[in-house]
Amino acid sequence: MSEFRNFTLNFGPQHPAAHGVLRLVLEMDGEVIQKADPHIGLLHRGTEKLAETKPFNQSIGYMDRLDYVSMMCNEHSYVMAIEKLMGVEVPLRAQYIRVMFDEVTRILNHLMWLGAHGIDIGAMTVFLYCFREREDLMDCYEAVSGARMHATYYRPGGVYRDLPDTMPQHKPSKFRSVKDIARLNESRSGSLLDFLQDFTDRFPACVDEYETLLTDNRIWKQRTVNIGVVSPERALALGFSGPMLRGSGLAWDLRKKQPYDVYDRVDFDIPVGRNGDCYDRYLVRVEEMRQSNRIIRQCVDWLRANPGPVMVDDRKVRPPRREEMKGDMESLIHHFKLMTEGYSVPEGQAYAAVEAPKGEFGIWLVSDGANKPYRVKCRAPGFPHLAAIDEMVRGHMLADVVAVIGTADIVFGEIDR
Amino acid sequence: MTNLTEAPAEAAAEVPATPVARLTAALLERFGERVKALPAVAGEVAIEVAAADWRAVCAELRDAPELRFEQMVDLSGIDYLHYGIAEWKTESATRSGFSRGGTRFVGLGNEAPAETAQAARYAVVVHLLSLTHNWRVRAQCPCTGGEVPIVDSIIEVWPAANWYEREAFDLYGILFNDHPDLRRILTDYGFIGHPFRKDFPLAGYVEVRYDPNRQRVVYEPVSIEPRVVVPKTLRDDNRYAPGLTARPAGRG
Repeated sequence: MSEFRNFTLNFGPQHPAAHGVLRLVLEMDGEVIQKADPHIGLLHRGTEKLAETKPFNQSIGYMDRLDYVSMMCNEHSYVMAIEKLMGVEVPLRAQYIRVMFDEVTRILNHLMWLGAHGIDIGAMTVFLYCFREREDLMDCYEAVSGARMHATYYRPGGVYRDLPDTMPQHKPSKFRSVKDIARLNESRSGSLLDFLQDFTDRFPACVDEYETLLTDNRIWKQRTVNIGVVSPERALALGFSGPMLRGSGLAWDLRKKQPYDVYDRVDFDIPVGRNGDCYDRYLVRVEEMRQSNRIIRQCVDWLRANPGPVMVDDRKVRPPRREEMKGDMESLIHHFKLMTEGYSVPEGQAYAAVEAPKGEFGIWLVSDGANKPYRVKCRAPGFPHLAAIDEMVRGHMLADVVAVIGTADIVFGEIDR
Repeated sequence: MTNLTEAPAEAAAEVPATPVARLTAALLERFGERVKALPAVAGEVAIEVAAADWRAVCAELRDAPELRFEQMVDLSGIDYLHYGIAEWKTESATRSGFSRGGTRFVGLGNEAPAETAQAARYAVVVHLLSLTHNWRVRAQCPCTGGEVPIVDSIIEVWPAANWYEREAFDLYGILFNDHPDLRRILTDYGFIGHPFRKDFPLAGYVEVRYDPNRQRVVYEPVSIEPRVVVPKTLRDDNRYAPGLTARPAGRG
């Protein structure tokens, strides 16, 4: 009788289902996983160390690049940590704008996740559907900041500028007919709020479409039900947060439990799973998209009715307006000093966490009273999720590894930092 | 399924105080001399634990019914080497040096704030979360062992600490007693040094490129000149000077 031995299989780092640059070393018994050892760090850029060498405001853009599919949520956590240390009170309108864009970001992230997760385990169409709506939301990013992904829109004390009255338009090209362009630009003829209101009207039907493709799909269920089951106790011990925790049945959401900005003024529900498997986490995320849509709609209505400042009127934080700067020498100097040296943050430590689409994203900020942070630690939600991959895939088949990586919503920008 | 909404409500009924005050009282009552309260911004609680007590205190933080920190949210290292030291050397620019507000609170009798004085260079900091009571604490543990910092691993308390401790080892060189798998995690295979230490240059020591002659990737000494674009400056900001005005209250 021949002797059977476990063998070691290398998965990634260049594999389409590895969500970027994950290298997994799998110990296999036939097609059953005995042990998974993720090797990470291939996207390590030293963001935290870079942030230590720059004035506070110059690192906001780095935060976008951490979790590069939920950009503004990362910024939110970072500016909140600075505001906590400086004791800055953010104007209400800016808080609403932040909440609205956090939820836009959540939908962006979940659409990316749904599309990629679908394509990983064999559902091609949903990817195209998701990117259709993602495109609209990226236009909102573009309208408000000029960049479609790395917005750098949130600032300590508020947001960079008020919501714009125009939306970017599609331009005629040889790939699109005049009729198509007119149809695409129809909803983009008004302000950003008009566009978002239109979006919230049609988005629930889009979620229905994704659900038609997946929720009762036999193949989808075979690939996700009872795969990667995590009990609530284990999910807590492993440091899970966000949909990974809620999928296991714990109704924990920082937006409800430790509300920041105006989350205590908007109405939404928290979906909770029951079995803690990949399918429940899928259902949780789909329902979160619907709830985010509700929040966006409430923010749109409030923002229409309540104009006001979007940045704190504290000259230690906010640079002088451009008009003042052009005519006033002192304002020019002031602007120059704020843009080069920046402001000093009082000595102390602060931890600010937001409910990012993937879970709890936190920034631990240490300041020694200088114009640069002494230490910035980004608490990325994906880090403990990936650390638990080994436990989640043990005893599963090789093909299920892909489903488990997909359900954990791994993005290497935040894990490797 | 655990119901998380009930416990804080009944706790609030017995003691009409803020969660921060209740948590601080509970911590001091349970641990007494074993923890030291650290200054924290409004809405946060921070403690320091000696390295000898680290694992025992962590286990109690998790298990004590009045604390119940079920989740370890974050663990990271910190290097206090350059804490409170400015990069802007004004003395060399002129004979007497510029004033420029480059020194903090001069003449106010507070040249060295108390919390700057760090006994140990390295520390391990964890952020804990209690879902039962809905509160957080930051616990700091100064490492023993001088230039080879050592602290007990807390994997057996919170399994989530595994990768976080590997990260702290990789970036700061902090060794964790009883860690089952203390390998590097974020840096390259074969990396030398601990890059987040304050005396490690930002650009590092080596760079890689593809050498077409040898047909492989080669490591070479780094060719970038290290430079400071914006010097770190400690400003004299009277708004935050203790004793002059009350510190603005945080939002948290």
